[in-house]
Amino acid sequence: MKDVIVAEQLTKKFEDLTAVDGISFTIHEGECFGFLGPNGAGKTTTIRMIQCVSPITSGKLSVLEMDASMDQRRIKALLGVAPQEDNLDPDFSVLRNLIVYARYFGIERSVAEKKARELLEFMQLTEKSDVMIPKISGGMKRRLVIARALMNDPRLLILDEPTTGLDPQARHVIWDKIRELKRKGVTVIITTHYMDEAQQLCDRLVIMEKGKILVEGGPQQLIESQVGRGVVEVVNPDQGVEEILRSNGWALERGSDRIFIYTNERRMVREKVQKDLPNANVIARDATLEDVFLRLTGRGLKE
Amino acid sequence: MSIINNISFRSLAVWARNKDVFFLTWKTNFLPPFLEPILYLLAMGFGFGMLVSALPAPYDEFSYAQFLGPGLIAISAMYGAFFECTYGSFVRMHYQKTFDAIVATPISMEEVITGEILWGATKSVINGAIVAVVILAFGLATLPGVLFIPFIALLAGLAFGSIAMIFTALVPNIDSFNYPFFLFITPMFLFSGTFFPLTVLPTAVQQVALAFPLTHVATMMRDFSLGTYSINDLWGCIYLIVLTAICFYAAIYLMKRRLVN
Repeated sequence: MKDVIVAEQLTKKFEDLTAVDGISFTIHEGECFGFLGPNGAGKTTTIRMIQCVSPITSGKLSVLEMDASMDQRRIKALLGVAPQEDNLDPDFSVLRNLIVYARYFGIERSVAEKKARELLEFMQLTEKSDVMIPKISGGMKRRLVIARALMNDPRLLILDEPTTGLDPQARHVIWDKIRELKRKGVTVIITTHYMDEAQQLCDRLVIMEKGKILVEGGPQQLIESQVGRGVVEVVNPDQGVEEILRSNGWALERGSDRIFIYTNERRMVREKVQKDLPNANVIARDATLEDVFLRLTGRGLKE
Repeated sequence: MSIINNISFRSLAVWARNKDVFFLTWKTNFLPPFLEPILYLLAMGFGFGMLVSALPAPYDEFSYAQFLGPGLIAISAMYGAFFECTYGSFVRMHYQKTFDAIVATPISMEEVITGEILWGATKSVINGAIVAVVILAFGLATLPGVLFIPFIALLAGLAFGSIAMIFTALVPNIDSFNYPFFLFITPMFLFSGTFFPLTVLPTAVQQVALAFPLTHVATMMRDFSLGTYSINDLWGCIYLIVLTAICFYAAIYLMKRRLVN
């Protein structure tokens, strides 16, 4: 499988801040690759370097086998970008937004109009074709931004926080569309700070914090290697409970109002906890990427 | 000179975007530049002008309204590009994020700025042409000189568009445009030989006024409208071209510094 993006020691420094700090990663053709992390982790900065709008401070970045600091124009012609911030053109209707955008790629008007109508159909926006941008909902805007990113038949689709701020219905529509695009063989890069979104969509992902990559892998693989398959939570534990649990040699993490036990044997662990602490409120569940994230970034007030 | 290397015909797609928006709302866009000079002509030209008994040479054989008309063309050409490349460009850059959307395509930031300035200059041509038609209709200008007015307006538009873009690259917020308008545009509006010949002013003030681009635009507009050509039109033209080249380069440099990071 071909490598669509190869980054080596990629670094971005702003005046007083290192936004991306020497990261290396490879993205393969046809996969959905995720950049996860809290706000300010360096996800968007990385994306902006890939899309050739933010110059690289140091390191190497190859996009579609071209050098991101040399071949900006050729690279940009092959990318589709749906930015985090809504920058649809408020002076035009839904359909006209796509046609005007296609003109920036030098796509002929008749070709653009046909493509635009196809994409509006695909994104379930056909009946809004002639509506002006300020009059459509947030979910529609996100779908239109993605449709716009597809106008030039990109080899690589970049989605920067595609569902931030959307209601669950709108999120699921967008997830379905992204899966459909993936099935068609489009390489997709997603940034998100929603762990469930990454778990739903990504084949592989990296978790970033403070400009560095903490871990890389598939969602399930990361869950199993970092926390194990299951989590048992002891809610509102009494004093001394932690010591009792710790005596079992389990991997524990202390949250503000509960103790997390990470384990591959969650049934056994739950039964043992319930036996040792008959009054405890115990929840057993599957481990998620969120657990991986909290474990890695230590928000659970680790001891 | 990578700034210049990054500019190609693709700027025209940016220009075309602004043109499309303009023609979507053309009814509101054409009316003000059409009505405003009529109001000025009536009030200043035919009203206030009644108090003017004689103009100094070389305009001694013309009425005040004839003198004023080309000044109004120059002013509307100045405002066309200056408004567009300050408020218009700032709104697209800052509030609408239109520039960000465009640079994600094969178009470079240099081409976005170039397209914006070209559109500003186009607004100057449109405004200038409208005022020229009004003045021609009042019988205040003569053919064929008046046919050159769109070209002078284009030159003026490129100059004022480039100057405006420098301010757009520098202002922290949209309210800050009050400063260039108050300190730069308004003095030019009044003291560029638009409403009265500069020769009535003290020599020192005349020298200062020669630095104003609008002075040269007004002179050229007037000379081509009334047939009072002189070698000063050529010098004015060269001055505007040199000023435009410098300001264009500075505008792109400063805009890239603001937006590409």
